[in-house]
Amino acid sequence: MTDAVSAPARLRPPTGRSALLRAFNANKASWIGLAIVVLVVLAAVFAPLLAPHDPLEQNIIDRLKPPTVDHPLGTDYFGRDTFSRLLYGARISLIIGAGATLIAMAVGTAVGMLAGWRGGRYDAVTMQVMDMLLAFPSLILGLIIVAMLGPSMPNIIAAIALTSVSTFARIARAPTIAMKGRDFIEAGRSLGFSDTRILSRHILPNIFPEIMVMGTLWLANAIRTEASLAFIGLGLKPPTPTWGGMIREGFENILDSAWLAIAPGVAILVVVFAMNLLGDGLRDAIDPKLRNET
Amino acid sequence: MTAFLIRRIAFALVTLFAVLTLVFVIVRILPGDPAYIILGDQATRESIEAMHVRLGLDQPILVQYASFLGNALRGDWGVSMVTGQPVLAEVLNVLPWTIELTLVSLALGIALGVPLGVWAAVRRNRLVDYVVRIASLAGLSFPAFVSAIILLFLFAIELRWFPVISAHKGSLRAWTQSITLPAISLGLNSAAYITRVTRSAMLEVLSEDYVRTARAKGVPQRIVVWRHAMGNALIPIITVAGLYLSTLIGNSVLTEIVFSRPGLGKLIVGALNQRDYTMLEGMMVIYTLAVVVVNLLSDLAYGFVDPRVKLA
Repeated sequence: MTDAVSAPARLRPPTGRSALLRAFNANKASWIGLAIVVLVVLAAVFAPLLAPHDPLEQNIIDRLKPPTVDHPLGTDYFGRDTFSRLLYGARISLIIGAGATLIAMAVGTAVGMLAGWRGGRYDAVTMQVMDMLLAFPSLILGLIIVAMLGPSMPNIIAAIALTSVSTFARIARAPTIAMKGRDFIEAGRSLGFSDTRILSRHILPNIFPEIMVMGTLWLANAIRTEASLAFIGLGLKPPTPTWGGMIREGFENILDSAWLAIAPGVAILVVVFAMNLLGDGLRDAIDPKLRNET
Repeated sequence: MTAFLIRRIAFALVTLFAVLTLVFVIVRILPGDPAYIILGDQATRESIEAMHVRLGLDQPILVQYASFLGNALRGDWGVSMVTGQPVLAEVLNVLPWTIELTLVSLALGIALGVPLGVWAAVRRNRLVDYVVRIASLAGLSFPAFVSAIILLFLFAIELRWFPVISAHKGSLRAWTQSITLPAISLGLNSAAYITRVTRSAMLEVLSEDYVRTARAKGVPQRIVVWRHAMGNALIPIITVAGLYLSTLIGNSVLTEIVFSRPGLGKLIVGALNQRDYTMLEGMMVIYTLAVVVVNLLSDLAYGFVDPRVKLA
């Protein structure tokens, strides 16, 4: 029985950890991406230790000051330290981004796997709904949902998650269908395993790497969407520092204090870019077609 | 081709119907009585009830639903709660601005992305390829409003080459000046995206047997790449460009805000801030309509470049 289950995994072209690592190594840029992501996560976690000032502390005398030693990125309209706000803002971006991506991953994968597994009308209807969701501009969808429900952290996470569910459903569905007819699944079925067991213990592990890669790329997207919503005014309520919100406030003073909008803008760009680099490298590493070539 | 078209149109209609239903449901389950929102907190009971009758809210829910669908199809989307203007008129007023911006951005994206993608694919794993790949990944990472702000700061505020407020009037020169920065900002993402898709589509096609045959026959490289290979690589590129158009429509919201440009984006943000529910209803329908039309058009283009679709 164990043979029937694990044999196909062994027969597949090199999926070993070393092969993955080699492929990941081949793309130096993905290490840079990983390093930046780790740095940003550390900066967010240790924000209270790293931040030179309280992100909410106002100082009317030091308003709109250009960068100095005390305020490395200057101060905003209320005299708050931009660098400290940037560090705390990273927390919000990462929490919302990761939360939305994890939910989208979990829901989307479940929906896609079920659709592929059940097939027939269930599949047709589910995927039709997913296609509609996919076709709708995600920013507009997120904007409408957050505007209707109110800009709280759970609502923003739910809205962003909803906009990316269909992508994960698509990714999970195709390999599920391909795997449905494989011998080891047949074997599991004839042994009387439940659908849940086959899906979660035998199919999910096989499609998991691809979903993780997509997760990294969508994390970048989720962070961008959160910032966009905050820029429109649908982020967490001030004075909570969010990168999009900081750009929004900074944009109002762009004529005399441009760095206020540009500093958080560059922060978003760097984080999203790093995550894209990382996801891209991971994708190369798990794509067998590319792996054989490197 | 006909069967394919009929299927796509049917799907488009189903989508439209589903979204209309969703819009109807969302607006009904929203907290707050629209009559209160229109008349304010001081309104008397009588006036609230009169407003209910006027809005049709006293009718059974199914009757409301039927008349909502009927009105939507007839183009009667109600009157803005804030300005008192018909929703459709307000939407049509700004629609050309958004269409113009997204189309110019997409054209820019194709004009930049296709040659760059082909170049990178032909020079695979050379320096050019790496530079294009990293640059396109960077371009993909730009939130539309960040690139917009940086462009605005550099070229409109510091260098003063372009106007800060991008609402053009009159001459071709004014039009070019006002659309350049917004289109670059919005087109950056699509150029990056199209570059990546073109590169991977070309890589796939260039390793096909028929391309090798063409090369073996001695067909010049230029013709192999642009005629033989491009013909097939075009299919995924068109699909992606079509799908991306709806993202562009969404992202144009951000560009329009930064460049103070009229358009759907400014309209929807205004409606959100002022809780103009009838306007929001109309906007949701128009966005869906736009997406459905865009998808249909890209399906058509798809059938046009891929003869196999016609047979299916």
